[in-house]
Amino acid sequence: MPADMLNFAAAYPEMILAAGAIALLMIGAFGGTQGNSDRAGWLAILALAATGVAVAMQTGTERAFNDAFISDNFARFVKLLVLSGSAVAILLSMDDLRRAKADRFEIPVLILLATVGMMMMISANDLLALYLGLELQSLALYVLAAARRDDVRSSEAGMKYFVLGALSSGMLLYGASLLYGFAGTTSFAGLATAAAAPNAAANLGLIVGLVFLLVGLAFKVSAVPFHMWTPDVYEGAPTPITAFFAAAPKLAAMALLARVLMDGFGGLFIQWQKIIIFLSIASMLLGAFAAIGQTNIKRLMAYSSIGHVGFALVGLAAGGEQGVQALLIYLAIYLVMTLGSFACILAMRRDGQPVEDISELSGLAQNNLPMAFILAMLLFSLAGVPPLAGFFGKFYVFAAAVKAELYGLAIIGVLASVVGAFYYLRIVKVMFFDEAKPRFTPAAPYVRLVMIAAGLFVVLYAVYPQPLVAAAETAAKSLQL
Amino acid sequence: MGLTAIFFYLFATLALASGAMVIVAKNPVHAVLFLIVTFFNAAGLFILLGAEFLAMLLVIVYVGAVAVMFLFVVMMLDVDFAELRAGFIKNAPVGLIVGGVVLAELVALLSARAIVPPPVAATGAPIPRDVTNTEALGQLLYTKYVYFFQGAGLVLLVAMIGAIVLTLHHRQGVKRQSIADQVARGPKTAVKMVKVASGGSVVPDAPKR
Repeated sequence: MPADMLNFAAAYPEMILAAGAIALLMIGAFGGTQGNSDRAGWLAILALAATGVAVAMQTGTERAFNDAFISDNFARFVKLLVLSGSAVAILLSMDDLRRAKADRFEIPVLILLATVGMMMMISANDLLALYLGLELQSLALYVLAAARRDDVRSSEAGMKYFVLGALSSGMLLYGASLLYGFAGTTSFAGLATAAAAPNAAANLGLIVGLVFLLVGLAFKVSAVPFHMWTPDVYEGAPTPITAFFAAAPKLAAMALLARVLMDGFGGLFIQWQKIIIFLSIASMLLGAFAAIGQTNIKRLMAYSSIGHVGFALVGLAAGGEQGVQALLIYLAIYLVMTLGSFACILAMRRDGQPVEDISELSGLAQNNLPMAFILAMLLFSLAGVPPLAGFFGKFYVFAAAVKAELYGLAIIGVLASVVGAFYYLRIVKVMFFDEAKPRFTPAAPYVRLVMIAAGLFVVLYAVYPQPLVAAAETAAKSLQL
Repeated sequence: MGLTAIFFYLFATLALASGAMVIVAKNPVHAVLFLIVTFFNAAGLFILLGAEFLAMLLVIVYVGAVAVMFLFVVMMLDVDFAELRAGFIKNAPVGLIVGGVVLAELVALLSARAIVPPPVAATGAPIPRDVTNTEALGQLLYTKYVYFFQGAGLVLLVAMIGAIVLTLHHRQGVKRQSIADQVARGPKTAVKMVKVASGGSVVPDAPKR
């Protein structure tokens, strides 16, 4: 086995991050307990930054480990988003977990290892690599959900997530084994050959395997009808961990979905497009209607994220370069909006205790106008009101759908986003027109920083959208269609 | 009949006999111990087949880890087997139906003679003659599959960290043994000379924390 076939250099970022996580674990275990968690958090952010630099320095399309691993523009685009999502989640978590006395040095370590898993997912070019990355990410997330182990809801969230996640992994593996049986290979290139064969659509084993694979991945991105775990896990997990769940892992799983469908099953486009359209419509509608009755803002964000997964899937269903580009832009904007909204939720503290009810926000505009304004902008953006960033995200995916002649899907999407706007606007109404409640405790400086940065991004995106659009276009070009 | 055959029958008989004892034994701890004997004999059979890596794996993983874990579970849970058996008659019909369905499926499967499409002949990778199978596995795991091997290692690391994070409680005020402190103790710190007045008593010092 010549060393150049392994091509370790392509996986340097992953190696840096994994080594960083292990080093951090050693520092945490042997470095004493005083001020442990803050130091661990900053070191973790440093490791993520170093990995980000390593990702940004790579160029071209590199394959490694006998084609099990691929590093191309698409992978790098999503990896940079995921790394920044993880870094911001750690930044948000430090203060909150310290106040909840759940600030253990293992939490940044687990976030780093989950991020390694996500990077492996994004770069997966083989079913085995796909599964290992997914499992590394999921296993770390199960533990993080139960991070406040003395809290009943957190333990329940961890347990639920674990059991349902294990079930979905089982389905995914079943699909993968069927695919291996009928295609005779686990590499995406080999699967693409099998899917491009003239009688591939009649190959029942291949189709059933593909369906099971999609079911497993739909679980991970929480697309309806595989979304049941999402509200409970989002509500039960500690809030900064929920922010992490809603941001980075979703992106990684969507990127994985795009790559396996485009690169591996391009030849069965007609077959999987129907499934994606169904998942997309169901997610958009459920996300819009189920969120209306929620009183807990974390549950509301869970349904909101289900809806947004539906909108992002519109881009995937459209297929083609434009569809993938729209998907990537949507995911990038979604990441910023979600992290910003969760920063606002983390700032909701009264007398040092976190509050999660929407009614607690009432009259926020009267005693904290800047926060109310930023949260309102983020909510308008989530609802897709022009000229904020969220509008452009939706615009790109619907434009891609119309170009692919999926008019029905685009119309349902627009209707769903109108329904969805209702519950976002209800929060804005509560904040600006209801009777004022006592002030919140001032938020930690980094939480405020994230809030302001996200607010600026959604407001100013329309002024200068070119870098993101161009980067997404380059990224989309590297998927074989 | 060569030496190999003698050992084969020895291992096979013992494996079957202790396997039967696993089910028959009344005491669950004995059952687990018989299970360990079965594993050892199966490992012996693997060695006879020339699969020394699998044999060692069986001893290390199954005897060393799995069976010991079984023992812990059996001892800690203290399962009342008499109570478990009480529901046997009640649930027997359901069990029979499920068993019957599985049996019918097995018969149907085995009566189908041909597997279509035929299994690829190259599915079983040929074993190179000049290396032991441990070496052959190592050469694949550390070269072609090094990425998967390391990825699986990270998954196990996360599992380990997770188990510790979720279960380890650092309790305060627990007395632990510190061998270094004990060894470093000399007569000066350990022994105290007390003059006891006749008819008086010795009041011990309060224990040091």
